[in-house]
Amino acid sequence: MRNIKVLTGNWAAAYGAKLARIDFVSAYPITPQTSVIEKLAEFIDKGELKAKMVRVESEHSAMAAVIGAAAVGARAFTATSAQGLFYMYEMVWWAAGARLPIVMGIVTRALAPPWSIWTDHADFLALRDSGWILLFARNAQEILDTIIQAYRIAEDEEVMLPVAVGWDAFIASHTAEPVDVPEQEIVDEYLPRKKAFSHMLDVDNPFSLGNLAFPDSYMEYRWLIDRAMNAAHKAIVEADREFGELFGRSYGGLIEKYRCEDANVVIVMMGASSGDGMDAVDALRDRGYKIGLCRIRAVRPFPVKELREVARTVDAVLVLDRAVSFGIGGTLGSEVKAALYPLKEKPLVFDFIAGLGGRDVDARLIERLALRVYDVLDGKTEVEEVEWVDINPEVVKA
Amino acid sequence: MGDRSRYRYIAPVALPTPGALGKTGAWRVLKPVIDYNRCTKCLICWLYCPEGSITVEEGRPNIDYEYCKGCGVCANECPVKAIRMVREE
Repeated sequence: MRNIKVLTGNWAAAYGAKLARIDFVSAYPITPQTSVIEKLAEFIDKGELKAKMVRVESEHSAMAAVIGAAAVGARAFTATSAQGLFYMYEMVWWAAGARLPIVMGIVTRALAPPWSIWTDHADFLALRDSGWILLFARNAQEILDTIIQAYRIAEDEEVMLPVAVGWDAFIASHTAEPVDVPEQEIVDEYLPRKKAFSHMLDVDNPFSLGNLAFPDSYMEYRWLIDRAMNAAHKAIVEADREFGELFGRSYGGLIEKYRCEDANVVIVMMGASSGDGMDAVDALRDRGYKIGLCRIRAVRPFPVKELREVARTVDAVLVLDRAVSFGIGGTLGSEVKAALYPLKEKPLVFDFIAGLGGRDVDARLIERLALRVYDVLDGKTEVEEVEWVDINPEVVKA
Repeated sequence: MGDRSRYRYIAPVALPTPGALGKTGAWRVLKPVIDYNRCTKCLICWLYCPEGSITVEEGRPNIDYEYCKGCGVCANECPVKAIRMVREE
């Protein structure tokens, strides 16, 4: 029997963490993340979750506290957003370097200034080089499911890396949807208790973790993270497949493919607006366009193999970017281009930057951009390699 | 977990070894000196020393000058001001 609850994305995250039987939570409030931690505090208060909640004075300390908890073998969780994430940035790298299987929720929010509390993906994507596994969910159900999957992936013996699970501010974080909350017993079967690991701190056999490495060994520890990231590729696919077998839902591993089979144009995007992207695909398919969509679910490890397989047979890839790397183009677009470059027969890649600071990315916008790509393929028009969508001339005029 | 030496470490760990970085006492500019007439043997200095350079011998603190970096935390924490920081000769 299904247990359907109406949950916001943030509450779904809290349910996911509770079902994962976390032992430890530490977080500092920041809009729009706050209700994740509020819900967890409520679970602990009611005795529904046996976990230690540590209140801290900053995000830097929040991450330091989960590092300490994870280092002694606790299943640790935190959540943050935008400026909060950047305040903990130093410790974020520390968590990955010390190979601690922490899970963190990131409710994506545009960075200041100018101040914004609405979504874009700049904060989440800034973790690309940190050694964290980066997963992005689309809706409340996937947030809950991905947090449970994230512990499976993080604690895999071949992986042992922290995992960040992202979701869009407000669009996903504060929109209530019906969510199937899995049975605790089945989650326990899927996610057994965390096992001891070799670099776990132990008072009876003391050693220091994360200490100095001289130039003769520093590089090797970085190489080990890269090897673990490759292992994470397989772990993500398997965690998602086995989740599907037990719960009847899965998300395609590193990418979710939608109507890509015979497509000649494929949209690549990430996050909540991918649903609008799928609506745009349906509308265009109805009009005879052979278009599909690849939703990026894992940014690290990047789905290089999967994207190449899709791109091999298409004429153009339309990347819809909700983040920019100033001076080169869209962040996701740059990654997609890097992934596809080694292909002998490369599709054209169009990189559209849209939806920064919470501006709506709806099906009509995506449809319009897709039609422009078809016009380029037909030789009717041209677009720039990287294009900022719908810049308002009134705002930028000198 | 028993003997850890048999494990393969994927993270940078170090077993506690005195002087893994050499004789760090050479880094010192100011030297803490304990006045044992004032010392109450509360061992707060031993607890606070970030380098483990204070040991307890016969119930009273003893500074290992081979490794003490001279940070002054002990002198600052001593509730009876029994530790003075003096310039190295």
